Amino acid sequence: MELRIAMKTSQANGIRDATNDLITSRLSRRTVMKWFAATAAAANLPDPGAGPLAANTPVTTPPATKGYGTDPDVSGYYKPGDFWALTLTATQREIVSSLADILLPGDHLGPAASDLRVTDFVDEWLSAPYPVQQKDRTVILPGLGWIEEESQRRFQKGFNSIGTLQRHAICDDICWPADAAARFKKAAEFFVRFRTLAASAYYSTEAGWKALGYVGNVSMTSFDGPPPEVLAKLGVEQTVK
Amino acid sequence: MPIITTGKSDTEYDIVIVGSGAGGGQMAYTLTLAGLKCVMLEAGRAYNPDVETSMFQRPDQTPLLGVATPDKQMGFTDATIDGGWEVPGEPYTQASTKPEEHFWWWRPRMLGGRTNHWGRISLRNGPYDFKPRSRDGFGFDWPIRYADLDPYYTRVEMLIGVYGSNEGLENTPDSPPGVLLPPPKGRAAELYLQKHAKKLGIPVISIHRAVLTRPLDADSIPAKLHPGNPWAQRIVADSMRRRAACFWATDCHRGCNIRANYQSTTVHLPPALETGNLDIIPNAHAREVTLGKNGKANGVLYMDKTTGREARVKGKVVVLAASSGESVRILLNSKSPQFPRGLANRSGLVGKYIMDSVGASVSGQIPALENLPPHNEDGAGGPHLYIPWWLYREQIGGQFNFARGYHVEFNGSRGMPGGRSPLADDLARGAYGTRFKEEARRYFGSQVGYTCRGEMIPNDNSFAELDPQVKDQWGIPVLRWHWRWSDQELNMVDHATKTFAAMIGAMGGKVRSRQDRSSRDAIEPGGKVIHEVGGALMGADARNSVCNGWNQTWDVTNLFLSDAAPFPSNSDKNPTLTIMALAWRTADYIVEQARKGNL
Ligand SMILES: Cc1cc2nc3c(=O)[nH]c(=O)nc-3n(C[C@H](O)[C@H](O)[C@H](O)COP(=O)(O)OP(=O)(O)OC[C@H]3O[C@@H](n4cnc5c(N)ncnc54)[C@H](O)[C@@H]3O)c2cc1C
Ligand code: SF4
Repeated sequence: MELRIAMKTSQANGIRDATNDLITSRLSRRTVMKWFAATAAAANLPDPGAGPLAANTPVTTPPATKGYGTDPDVSGYYKPGDFWALTLTATQREIVSSLADILLPGDHLGPAASDLRVTDFVDEWLSAPYPVQQKDRTVILPGLGWIEEESQRRFQKGFNSIGTLQRHAICDDICWPADAAARFKKAAEFFVRFRTLAASAYYSTEAGWKALGYVGNVSMTSFDGPPPEVLAKLGVEQTVK
Repeated sequence: MPIITTGKSDTEYDIVIVGSGAGGGQMAYTLTLAGLKCVMLEAGRAYNPDVETSMFQRPDQTPLLGVATPDKQMGFTDATIDGGWEVPGEPYTQASTKPEEHFWWWRPRMLGGRTNHWGRISLRNGPYDFKPRSRDGFGFDWPIRYADLDPYYTRVEMLIGVYGSNEGLENTPDSPPGVLLPPPKGRAAELYLQKHAKKLGIPVISIHRAVLTRPLDADSIPAKLHPGNPWAQRIVADSMRRRAACFWATDCHRGCNIRANYQSTTVHLPPALETGNLDIIPNAHAREVTLGKNGKANGVLYMDKTTGREARVKGKVVVLAASSGESVRILLNSKSPQFPRGLANRSGLVGKYIMDSVGASVSGQIPALENLPPHNEDGAGGPHLYIPWWLYREQIGGQFNFARGYHVEFNGSRGMPGGRSPLADDLARGAYGTRFKEEARRYFGSQVGYTCRGEMIPNDNSFAELDPQVKDQWGIPVLRWHWRWSDQELNMVDHATKTFAAMIGAMGGKVRSRQDRSSRDAIEPGGKVIHEVGGALMGADARNSVCNGWNQTWDVTNLFLSDAAPFPSNSDKNPTLTIMALAWRTADYIVEQARKGNL
């Protein structure tokens, strides 16, 4: 559904861009060749990390759309795609899902990111017409491209096709900029930004709240303050009687 | 609502009120219940919080998880319409190119103004706050005393409903018994600070906020507010009965569709409209006050934004309550042969002595608050406890290099997450996967933030004037701001940030915000706290003030200012309760003068 919208818009605008090509599930032979060339080149270079991240996945501009304006109906309930079209390709969305699920997996604290529609929120964010989000787009889309290339380079398979351990192997190299090797620095910056974005979405949901231990957003007849076990743990008394 | 359009407004009203926020709302309320016919011009659109408020929407039910954007500058669900730091088509300018000399001006364009989304913190000025110059030699005294405003503070508190406690602290006035609503229980981080701040001699007490922690007593309050006026009592009682008590969920900045907190649109305007004495013209941007040959104001010229044409309303009295900056602008734009420098500006002081609150924040992380058993801390949609200024004696004794106080507001609790990562990057470092989720849970609720709200002393370098060139989309000249903090404020910030670090230390925590900043970097830019006041000071003498102690301009006796423009000082107490108390007092004065035929 979202994909259809995205394709419609990019067709309407006559946009045919390399990123869409590259990450589309039906890879053109020309693109695959370009990839291999890039991977081979990267393997020979001492420090490709110093260059631009995933140089062969140019960042597309989102279709020109307006924002929700200065007087939207704030009493409504919305979902991604309501105010502007989602623009990520199917493959980009798959990488977002896989990566978000590595960051926020299903476990004893709750469901995996993709089950909480984190993919849709990331897509909505990266497709938005506002400056902060557009800047993120210039970091995240090349980053997704990099992840894909890196997976191909290491495992000769796309990120969506490799196993969890292989995904971890890539993530471990880029999960914290200060610890990352020089050639992974740029990818690490992407990773931090992506993690923030995925977590922002994850913890915006009811299941995310549960995972965090947030209790609230329900009407109550009284407010009793922290329960006795909390007061005891802190060694304080309720002073407001 | 009898909200009317321009064509229907050719009657001559008793009073023309410009602006519908705290000042305009209180004016309309008091005047219409006293039987005067009022028309209210509001630059923004009509707004009905009963149906337009975002209440239980989660961040995942809003675009971009609700985060701030250029369209909604305090987030999607915030109750600000067509407003923000910048308003399309309505620029303002800065006299200086230096960012530290810029003034930030927050403006909404909606019925009720900023009262739809304000923080509801409602503190009385204390006795010292009206006579600051007499006390320490800086700034200006008010021509009125605390005792003059005390009864009006009480009335406003009874009408709007304010929770809090009476602590008997210096210059932190108590309300009469039975006036305040019960304060909400302390939250974990608030109580933990309270315990440990004691070691530093810092009191942590219940804050006062305009939120109903129980329903208002509609059977007894109206008679106290409007003695001898059963008609008004009935209308006010009905309005009070339509307000529910807070249900301990949802953020007050979104507004409240059960009317449990104060907004002009839920508390002041409904009973005023019910009287049948109020017409509201929305989308009406006042341009200038018109003057009769007799030297009295006789109406207001405004842009009808629905047609783009200029229109006029006539009245026997004009009250400006467009927010202090806008009221200053209207005065400066109302030029005539009698008042070539702007209306009521013989003193040349219109636009002078603009003040904001001094703001600076320190954040920290408290290990003791980690991994607490999950529990509901939504509470009353804002702070429950705060720190009032506690060092009056030391300060007057000359121990400090700044003359005025600050109070401390807190944030950080187990409030609703969403729209941002709950875990700071550096706390988790490279964590991802289940470890990230565990770390996020561990740290949730252990972040604290302390913010000072301090008193700025008025200075000659902080003022507003008309920009000689720039005009808004209707061709009306705009304000140009001048701003400078003095050492007084910078020294205060230095004290505050060190104190906050000590508080965090006393709780066994670590300061997380940068500590190497100079106070010049730590202080919020002018206007950023959105407590702008001043620009048309009240005083005891027409030569060095714009209005008298009744908010009545010296030069034009039927022109009143009932927002914060007349404030000669800006105590650390947030301004809105004082705006309302002054407006009620001014309205009573107008009614009395009208009865005597003086207006
Ligand atoms: C986020 C936030 C939190 C705040 N928290 C607190 C708090 O906790 N405690 C506190 O005391 N204060 C707080 N304030 C400040 C408080 O909102 C203001 O002090 C108060 O609303 C001022 O009332 P007012 O009537 O002067 O102006 P406003 O409430 O701003 O109302 C002015 C109205 O006049 C209209 N207007 C402007 N120009 C014209 C014109 N030319 N013609 C016609 N109409 C015009 C505007 O559209 C607006 O509706 C806060 C403000 C913000 C933004
Ligand atoms: S916290 Fe209470 S007063 Fe504030 S918006 Fe929610 S219900 Fe209304």
